[in-house]
Amino acid sequence: MKTANTLTIDGLKITIEGEKNLLEVIRKAHIDIPTFCYHSELSIYGACRLCMVDVSGRGVVPSCSTPPEAGMEIQTSTGQIRSLRKMIIELLLANHEQSCTTCQKNTSCKLQELANRFGVTKVRFKKAAAARPLDNSSPSITRDPNKCILCGDCVRMCREEQSVGAIDFAFRGSNVTVAPSFGKGLSEVECVNCGQCARVCPTGALTPKSDVAETWKALEDKSKYVIVQIAPAVRVAIGEHFGLEPGTIATGQAVAALKRLGFKKVFDTSFTADLTIMEEGTEFLKRLEKKEKLPIFTSCCPGWVKFAEQYYPELNDNLSSCRSPQQMFGSLAKELLPEKYGIKKEDLVIVSVMPCTAKKYEAAQEKFAVNGIKDIDIVLTTQEFARMIEEAGLQFNSLTPESFDLPFGFKTGAGIIFGNSGGVSEAVLRFVNEKVCGKKNTGNYDFLQVRGLEGIKETSISTPAGTLKLAVASGLKNARTLVESMKRKEVHYDIVEIMACPGGCIGGAGQPVYYKPEVKEKRAKGLYDNDKMLELHSSQDNPYIKELYKDNFGEAGSRKAHRFLHTHYASCKRTHSGEISILKGNSVNKLEVTVCFGTSCFLKGSQSILKGLVDHIKLSGLEDKVEVKATFCFEKCNSGPNARIGRKLLEKCTIGLAVETLMDEIKILKECASV
Amino acid sequence: MTNRNHRKFEEVCRILEKNGNDPARLIPVLQQVQEVYRYLPEEIMSFVATSLNISPAKVFGVATFFSHFTLKPKGKYIIRVCDGTACHVKTSTGILDALYKKLSLSEKINTTPDMLFTIETVSCLGACGLAPAVVINERVYGQMTPEKTSEVLDGIIKTEEKQKEAVNA
Ligand code: SF4
Ligand code: SF4
Ligand code: FES
Ligand code: FES
Repeated sequence: MKTANTLTIDGLKITIEGEKNLLEVIRKAHIDIPTFCYHSELSIYGACRLCMVDVSGRGVVPSCSTPPEAGMEIQTSTGQIRSLRKMIIELLLANHEQSCTTCQKNTSCKLQELANRFGVTKVRFKKAAAARPLDNSSPSITRDPNKCILCGDCVRMCREEQSVGAIDFAFRGSNVTVAPSFGKGLSEVECVNCGQCARVCPTGALTPKSDVAETWKALEDKSKYVIVQIAPAVRVAIGEHFGLEPGTIATGQAVAALKRLGFKKVFDTSFTADLTIMEEGTEFLKRLEKKEKLPIFTSCCPGWVKFAEQYYPELNDNLSSCRSPQQMFGSLAKELLPEKYGIKKEDLVIVSVMPCTAKKYEAAQEKFAVNGIKDIDIVLTTQEFARMIEEAGLQFNSLTPESFDLPFGFKTGAGIIFGNSGGVSEAVLRFVNEKVCGKKNTGNYDFLQVRGLEGIKETSISTPAGTLKLAVASGLKNARTLVESMKRKEVHYDIVEIMACPGGCIGGAGQPVYYKPEVKEKRAKGLYDNDKMLELHSSQDNPYIKELYKDNFGEAGSRKAHRFLHTHYASCKRTHSGEISILKGNSVNKLEVTVCFGTSCFLKGSQSILKGLVDHIKLSGLEDKVEVKATFCFEKCNSGPNARIGRKLLEKCTIGLAVETLMDEIKILKECASV
Repeated sequence: MTNRNHRKFEEVCRILEKNGNDPARLIPVLQQVQEVYRYLPEEIMSFVATSLNISPAKVFGVATFFSHFTLKPKGKYIIRVCDGTACHVKTSTGILDALYKKLSLSEKINTTPDMLFTIETVSCLGACGLAPAVVINERVYGQMTPEKTSEVLDGIIKTEEKQKEAVNA
């Protein structure tokens, strides 16, 4: 009997349950159709043609872009299809640099996997494309265009999920490549280092930059004292690399592995996550009391921070001034540990193990170094940590669990759930709720409303200080949507948590490669389970945190705490492009005028300032004496529109102010010339 | 000279306005901008990206996709020497070499410093009947020899010089 919504797949009857394409229906039948360009979270591109199936009466069609229809009869693996797939893989391999054994993606590369699966043993085609240079300008991502198969996954990820669009297809024919604008390196464009492009890249064309060699070198240097911190999200994902279920809490094995690799001390970033809550919670309560700089935006995700600095400079004051847990750890450890261990500060090397590629960028920032000594020396991703374990030949699963060192190894559950989207908010609520209610959280410390993998979540809690409204976004597209609706005043919040990676740090691009959507769910559950297993659940209860304040900082938000645990933000330009010359100015002694044409100033009317200035210059016959240029972003977007006239930087510039300053400066110039 | 940059820039602003700053009109915008500058300067493309509110990578992608667009400045006169089969057989390479020599150019550096000439080779101009053919801007010259090409160039150079004198006088 044929019902209205069934179809047959390789002879099996399958019901259509609202799937948008054949591919999803076929996967439901437990048949693994190979794909390069299909990701359930991205739009359909339909370019790789690996997902072809035979639909009777229609012939071979791409299943990812064919809607299912009742009564269809589908064959997924005919001789014709198998040989087509094999040919596609062979063609891709022909143009692909074959240095598999030394590639970052070795053993997790989809191209390699499919070549094995379809028994491609030799490649009959000759290489057509010339070798292209490697882009290792970014501290976070390495781009090797020679390994790109042009599936476009990264382009769509960056544009659709992150709303950044730092990379796109460029050139045509056999020269097609995926690249940042104008042939620049990734570090010179608006890339926020989130690494999500590398997470979906099926090959080694985009990979997290590896700092493994540098770490080995430090570990082998007898004059160095190398310690390590490990982020919450790492412990529920590292096991995947060694065949454990996603979400398995492997804290003890991870600590043991780090000790065996030679790290002198192993600490927990969750400890400084607790510290972050103390500082950020206190900061929030102060702002709430003064009714200023609200909502407070979280600042622990460096991908989000760069995104905000680039696209929403007006939010600089709203970002929490707290450093991220990684950087708080670095600053704390570099200040306190040398004395404790009787070593020189420059001999203390701090390595972080993070789920994240943007943490590499964060640690490299100048503002996180004191007298040329970086707070964090090296950042490794979970993947790199796994590779080191393998290189050392450690049998991860059979390591006897060990525990963290004290004092920076003791944490509460609040510091653990930081790794999930919504975790920071929940941890803040556990702090704030207690402070404003004036009594201990007993029994129920869970705020389930902020849990889950949805892109935007919101909730409100009523407290004696009034109702607090919270929003949580993960994925930068969602962040943009949220911020835009706040700008339009459609919504209003007191606390906003943002993570650049969908799902939060557990979905970070440094985590083991995965292709199944349920992996993130399991990792998130792992962290919440871990919270339950711990003795304490609120940061303010952490005895070592209390001790830290007693011995070092006095109280949360103190002056000293600010010096070590807080930071500042500056707007930051999106791309490094040259200037547009408007008027050349022929005399030797000419006045230089630059008007900012960066997006922010442009929107605030810098074009009319430029026009006003030039009109005035022409009217007063000063064309020879002034050189006028338009440039892209002074990195002072907040106070735009900006113009520089001679030595004067004019913020919040108007035509009147610009013209007046111009005439003053010309006068000074003339006087100088006449003496 | 002083005013030329400004005129061009104002022209770009007008183009953007005329197209309503509409991201869907990126291609016509680039086309019109290229008419102004005779190529697409990087800074101007950044400006176009800002005004249309699209990512610079997208603009770069479109600008490099269509062979009609060029990202390097070209001379006022673009000399296209055909190297299609018909022209090749009739020794177009001789013409090309003579041109390179006359203008001190090469395959790599193909625009004269005074921005007057750019030499390009094309595979078939569709004028095989006239082989070997040379096209200068829009005008086709058939059955060329190195000598005849050189004469045409001398003619152009002379007109240009006269124009310059007229401006200066
Ligand atoms: S790291 Fe993130 S922002 Fe940068 S190119 Fe990749 S997806 Fe885009
Ligand atoms: S870099 Fe990777 S994800 Fe991007 S198009 Fe190339 S192969 Fe696909
Ligand atoms: S997955 Fe369907 S065409 Fe690539
Ligand atoms: S756009 Fe950044 S300072 Fe003008």
